[in-house]
Order: sequence, then C-alpha cells, then structure tokens
Amino acid sequence: MSQITPELLASHGIKADEYKKILEIMGREPNLTELGIFSVMWSEHCSYKSSKKWLKTLPTKAPWVICGPGENAGVIDIGDGQAIIFKMESHNHPSFIEPYQGAATGVGGILRDVFTMGARPIANMNALRFGDPSHPKTRHLVAGVVAGIGGYGNCVGVPTVGGETNFHASFNGNILVNAMTVGLADKDKIFYSAAAGVGNPVVYFGSKTGRDGIHGATMASAEFDEKSEEKRPTVQVGDPFTEKLLIEACLELMATDTIVAIQDMGAAGLTSSSFEMASKGGLGIDMDLDAVPMREEGMTPYEIMLSESQERMLMVLKPGPEAEAKAKAIMDKWELDFAVVGHLTDSGRMVLRRHGAVVADLPIDPLALASPEYDRPWVQPVKQPVIEAKDVKAVCPAEALKQMVGCPDLASRRWIYSQYDHMVMGDTVQRPGGDSAVVRIHGTDKAVAITTDVTPRYVLADPYEGGRQAVAEAYRNLSSVGALPLAVTDNLNFGNPEKPEIMGQIVESIRGMGQACRELDFPVVSGNVSLYNETQGTAILPTPAIGGVGLLEDVTKSATVPFKEAGNAVVLIGETKGWLGASIYLREICGREEGAPPPVALHRERRAGELVRQLIGDGMVQACHDVSDGGLLVAVAEMAMASEGLIGAQLDAPSTLPLHAWCFGEDQGRYIIEVRDSDLPGVLEEAVEHDTAIRVIGKTGGHVISVGGRAAPVDELLKAHEGWFPGFMGEELPGH
Amino acid sequence: MKAAVIVFPGSNCDRDVAVALEASMGAKPLMVWHRDTQLPDLDLIVVPGGFSYGDYLRCGAMAAHSPIMREVKAKAAKGTRVLGICNGFQILAESGLLPGVLMRNKNLRFICKDVFLRVETDSSDFCRKYGAGDVVRFPIAHAEGNYFADFETMKAIEGNGQVAFRYATKGGEVNDAANPNGSLANIAGVYNEGRTVLGLMPHPERLAEDLLGGADGKAMFDSLVEALS
Repeated sequence: MSQITPELLASHGIKADEYKKILEIMGREPNLTELGIFSVMWSEHCSYKSSKKWLKTLPTKAPWVICGPGENAGVIDIGDGQAIIFKMESHNHPSFIEPYQGAATGVGGILRDVFTMGARPIANMNALRFGDPSHPKTRHLVAGVVAGIGGYGNCVGVPTVGGETNFHASFNGNILVNAMTVGLADKDKIFYSAAAGVGNPVVYFGSKTGRDGIHGATMASAEFDEKSEEKRPTVQVGDPFTEKLLIEACLELMATDTIVAIQDMGAAGLTSSSFEMASKGGLGIDMDLDAVPMREEGMTPYEIMLSESQERMLMVLKPGPEAEAKAKAIMDKWELDFAVVGHLTDSGRMVLRRHGAVVADLPIDPLALASPEYDRPWVQPVKQPVIEAKDVKAVCPAEALKQMVGCPDLASRRWIYSQYDHMVMGDTVQRPGGDSAVVRIHGTDKAVAITTDVTPRYVLADPYEGGRQAVAEAYRNLSSVGALPLAVTDNLNFGNPEKPEIMGQIVESIRGMGQACRELDFPVVSGNVSLYNETQGTAILPTPAIGGVGLLEDVTKSATVPFKEAGNAVVLIGETKGWLGASIYLREICGREEGAPPPVALHRERRAGELVRQLIGDGMVQACHDVSDGGLLVAVAEMAMASEGLIGAQLDAPSTLPLHAWCFGEDQGRYIIEVRDSDLPGVLEEAVEHDTAIRVIGKTGGHVISVGGRAAPVDELLKAHEGWFPGFMGEELPGH
Repeated sequence: MKAAVIVFPGSNCDRDVAVALEASMGAKPLMVWHRDTQLPDLDLIVVPGGFSYGDYLRCGAMAAHSPIMREVKAKAAKGTRVLGICNGFQILAESGLLPGVLMRNKNLRFICKDVFLRVETDSSDFCRKYGAGDVVRFPIAHAEGNYFADFETMKAIEGNGQVAFRYATKGGEVNDAANPNGSLANIAGVYNEGRTVLGLMPHPERLAEDLLGGADGKAMFDSLVEALS
C-alpha cells in the first residue's frame, strides 16, 4: 500500500499537480524523507514560485554591484578594495506565534546570510508592523519582538542602528518582522556557496541539530487560521552566544585558505543548504547523517534534514588533512561542533545514509531548479479617487500638529531603540531617530548610510505608486544625510498570492519598484518574499519594505535632523501641491483612510537628491530632514524637537494653497534644510542649477512652531511625541 | 603604559576599548584570550563589556571562574590597575575584586542611552583628569546594572570614598529621575579599597571621540596613560 496519502501531501502543502511532477522526477514513489525534502524545497518560502516571474523584472546591475540576487546576500563595491554585503529578510509567521524567539531568530538568520559571505556584520536594522494599538495582543507582540531583536543583537555585539515601525489593524493577526544586516568585507575575500571539487569534504559546524523548527519554511508559506497557536513547536530557539562564536570562528577560518564554498543553514536547514551548494556547483553529495552532530538521540532522517535548529553552517573544504585540521582547530578554539558529514560526488544526486542504509536518493537539479513557477492570475488594482484639499476638513494647524506628532505612527520610537545596543563596535555616527543611520567604515573616514522604508497605506491605495514611493523615500533618506544611494534590498510582504487582487498588488508594486530603481540608479541586490500574510482570510496592507544603503566618502560631511541655531533660514526643497489623499492628516485628524497617494516624479526626485547631497557636501546645510509621513509641518517639528534647547521656527505659508494642505500634504520629493543667511544665495543658486523648486519658508528661533497665526510650543509637542510609546506600553515617562 | 584587554567568548566591546586605549596610549594593547593563564608585566588590565559565556548564568559568573581570572586577581593583588566596564564590572564583582552585585534593571529591560555621571573623586589613576564633582556624559548599554550592596558594605564603600561615579542630572544633581536602572545610591561605578580596581556600568570607550557624539570618556584613558607611563 502506498505510504503517500492525500492527507500526507496536504500536511506537507504539496498540491496534486506538484506531486505528479515529483513522481516524474523520481520515477517512483518517494519515501517520507524524500517527500519532506520536496515539500520544503518547493515551499513558497524557499522557491519563490509565485513571485519569481516578476522578481526577474527588477534591475539588479550597476557598475558598483559585485553580486546581485541569488547568493546569500547582495554585494556592492565601496572603493578602496572594500565591499558592503547586505540583505533584509522576514520572520513574520514565527514572530506572531512566539514573538521573542521569532524575532530573535530572524536577526540570527539574517546575520548568518551576511557573514557566510565573508563579511563582518557592522549594523542591523529592522522594519516592524504591528496591529492596532488597541488590539489586545499588540502590546504583548511589541514587547516580545523588541526584546527578541535586542536580546539577540545586543549579545552578538552588532549595533541595531535603526528601522521603522507602523501600526495598523490589518496586522492584528499577522505582524511583520523584517530584519536587515549590513556587513563589511574585503572585495577579494568574498565567499560564495557553489560547491566545487569532486571528493572534497562537506563539513557541518556550529550548533547541534535538534527537533526544533521542523517545517518552518512550510509554515511560512501558508495562511494562519485559528489553529496557528498549535504551531509553536515549529518556531526555533535562538542562541546569540553561539552565533557570536560562529561569527568569530567563521571570520577566523575565512582568513585561512581552506574554504571552497560555504552556506548557512537557514529555512529548511540542512536540506536547502546542501541542495543549494550542490546545485550551484553542478555536483552531487553523498552524506552520512550519522555524522551530523545531534542534540537528541533517535532522530530520523526526516527530522535531521528538516530541522531548523539555529546557528549551523555547512561548507566545502579544500582537499587534504591539512585543511581539515586547520578548520577543526579553529572550531575547537571557539567550542563549536565540527563534523565531516559527506563528500562531493559527480553524480548530481543527493544520497543520504543513516545507520549504513541509503534513506534518500534524489536528483539535485530537478529539485533545486525545476521547482514550480506560477504565473498566477492577477487583476489590476482599483484606482482610488484623487482627494482635493477643499474636500478635507481644515483644523487649527497647531492643534493638528500636536495630535499628529503623538499619534502611533509618528510618535518617537525611543522606547524601542533604547532597548537595542546601537553603539557597540564604536562606529555609530548617526544613531536611531534620524533619516538614515550612519555607520563609519572602521578605521576609515568613510561611512555607510542605511534606511528602511515603505508606506503600506500608499501601496494599498495604489501598488504601483506605492512601490515607486518606497524606493524614492529610501533614496531621499540616504540623500538627506549626504550619502550617495547605491543599492537596495527588498522584503516583499503580501497576502495570499492565489487571490488575483493580492497578486495584482504584488505585480504592480514590483513594477513600480523596478521603475524607481532604474531611474534612480538604485539596483536591487538581494531580497526576500513573504506571502500568505493573512489570518482567517484578511490580508495585511501590502508591504514591500525597502532597505537602502548609501555611501558617504567623508563622514564629516554629513547632515543631521536637529536644528542647530536660531536665526537661520528654513528652506523647503521640492514642489508642494498640498496632496492630502492617503495622508496621515486625513487618517488621524479626519478619520478617513482613502484617496490616491501622492505621485512620485522620479526625475525630480533624482534632481532634488543630487542638489541636497551637493549642498551637504559643500557644507551649506546646518540640518536636513526629508518630508514624509505627516508632511511639512511634522518635518519641521521633528527638527525642532530633536534640537538642543528646543529651537522653534516661524513659518510663512503661501497664500496660494489652503493652509492645512500646505502644512500636512504629503507631496513627494521634498526636503527641509536649515541654512545660514550667508549661505542662502549660494543655496538658491545651486537649486537653479539643479532645476529644482526651492523656497525659503521661515526662520529658526524661539521655542514654538508658528504658522498662519497659530503656534505650538516645542516642549508640548515633545511631550506628546515622546509620551505616546511609554504610555502605550504602560509606563511612566522617564525622568528629565 | 602597557595594557592588556581580556577577551572572553562573548566579549563584544574588546575592540572598542582597544581602539580607545590605542588613541590615548599610541600603541595597541595586548589582547589576551580567556584560556591563557599567564600575563606579562602590565600596568593596566581591562575587562571589557559584552556577554561573556552568553551571560546565561548570572552575568559575569562564568567568566569569574575562567583560567585567566586567577591571574588577573593575582596581578590586582600586586597593584596592577584593573578596569572593568559593563560586563567587565559584573565579572569583577563576581570575582570578588569589587564590592556589591549588579541586578536586573528596575524596569527589567535592556537600556541603551547616554547618561550623565557625577565624578565622585579625582584621586585615582582612572580619574585624575576629571575634577571631583564634574559631570560627564557616557552611554550605558545593559540589562543588569542595578547596583546593590548590603548595609555594611555600603557604609564601608561610602566611608572609604570608593564610589567612583553616580548617575546624576546634567546639572550634577543625584536624584531618582537621573537613576536609569535602580542602582543603590545612584552608584554607576565603584573602586576597591585602594582605588586600583575600578568597575563601572557606563562605557567611557563609546564616547571617546567627538565624531561619535562626545569625548568625555577619553579623559579616563588619558588619566591612566598619564598616571601609569
């Protein structure tokens, strides 16, 4: 009788037509171990089967791109023989089920993707989305996720330098935890995963294999239902101490000349790492599962191959006892397990043995390369109407401002980032809270700027514009610290792709992102897709998070958000039409979530970015902040609240626009800069050169933000801004 | 000055303090692995911050029993200056080189931010470039920095002038609002009786360069270089 029942296939998430293909590839019925291997390799999480077709349309090349998507992380050239390696990855499903461990292992996984390639991780970032603050689970999830990210990142000693956090009811049953790591390597010492050299030893090192996390990749490829809580055993447990040892051991080993190829064991553990290495090298592996270091006795081949125990690596060593002895000595020093578990063969097959018998025998390429690719049906998203300012209620701008700076999406994130060690490694030049984090390249005057951005409500309203906006905002945030934007990583979080309207969001936002990346010379070098983010049929807001990286050639020529002194000009760069559709003002003040989002003019975006970078480089900018969520007045208030001594600003609004639209419209492509009077003529001249709209809108000074005859005291704004998060988490404000 | 930095598995501020030391000393300190049992002739031993052995037991408890700590204690007994920062302070307290213990922060969370400290005495090799009563800004980054000692110990360390730093306001006032973690008497750092061993939770090495936001910490390393060269 057949071992493979329809129930078994269903529990492995394998569709009938996929099973047919499995039978074709195998030429026989697979056994349970083999079926398990197929199920994880062909899961959405590992195979990108719904998104592959569209991901291929993204631009991935530029002269400074050393390695684009397809490896563990993307690699870009930053000159002087150095490279930056980075990627962002989701850990959404595990974090909802078990927030601390889910988030912690998300950080661990993305760190490994980066140091696997030979880089020392130098910065972590994260992009988080939680449900409505009033939802009973939200506080518990916020507390757990933040503690988990901190617990892992703080211990490994990599600074968590920034990120973003949103709240929206669509995330009530499905939060998003996207973690990003940026690492630094020598350009000529980058390690890849393609196996080479028949007969070379395949080596396992790191932690032992246990029964945790079995089928994590499959879980991450299905919708949640009321039984999801029962999936807690599929959440892995992180050990940041071992990760720290693993980083040091890997980097020490990489400095010797012994490694042919290396790959971390992430989703689908030993299965995906071994198959990927073999497939990329066009080789086979003969693996003895008895040799795998195990945490418990009696583990079956199925469990060994599908375990997602953390902090494990697989590598191919150069031949000979010398390389093996050298590698083993380093692992012994760091007290990590080390075992030769197999050898490379020229068979193109994965042959697994346990207790002397062959327990699985699978062709590698058909599994790794011939995974299903779907062209899922999709529908064009429905366009939202443009909302005119005259149809939006106008209220006192000072009152609205106070309410907005203290609303969940705009309130200070100090409560979060004060739980992250953001200074360890001694190179954090701009800490969390600015437009981008700035991290010096150790021992040089250069620095990388890092940001994560997406505005999910825009993407929902118009996936194409929202996709463009996410990339443009990353570009803007890097430019506002003076950094040249170089490349992005993307983390695409969506609902169920089998629904044509969700697939429409995916297709259109990728089209928008691709266009923006092309026009801004800002290619995608790595990424991750997380689909099926739905609970009981309700999808999340579409969230294609962008992680952008830029370069500062001279870290001393950088700009920061806080106003520096009274009496300087407040200057607005970019055009203002007063766009209120899909804005924070419309949602927070008018209670309306509707309307078309602000359009992005990419050529103007690019020119404005070039202008700002030029002005910062020339030392003509005292402070700089991009205008995004909440619009112009919120941006000015943020510059005032961040300043030493709470320096205010007096603004003159133009009479050509309704005041509330000028204050709170979310027109794109804009920056506020603080300029000394003596620099003003030069600044205006440069703007003409760059064919970019510019306007002096006021002066710094006093301790209020005043506009249109109304004034909001900066200290009151600050109280609202800093007070929301601690109040929400049930705490008193810290002492002053 | 000859200095060494002890490296435990899980130390993660070893490089940071080595950079700060080098900037003041003009030479690289010796990096010593925890399994070593011998130290050369030294003027200063630094036990850096981090999560030694993962801090899976009580913070610093495992490191306090590592092979190298026997040698550190022997050197300290002969008067070699010892500086423990953050996890290093926890290790020195666990080793008995310093009085008191470090408990979980009052809010039970990890806290990373700049704090103000009042320098309690300048008569030590660590603080001679500060003045007593000066207010300095150092960052903290810990989950277990809540200083506690029993009544007798407190009486002794206060009486002997062993309190090195107290959490204070920017104006130098020592009060509850300035206390980030619940430490008894706002204690951020303590000396041994001879003021040859200093442990503190805040990180002087993290603000020892203007580019990183301030250089108040640099004076501590400069003090040591001046005193021990």
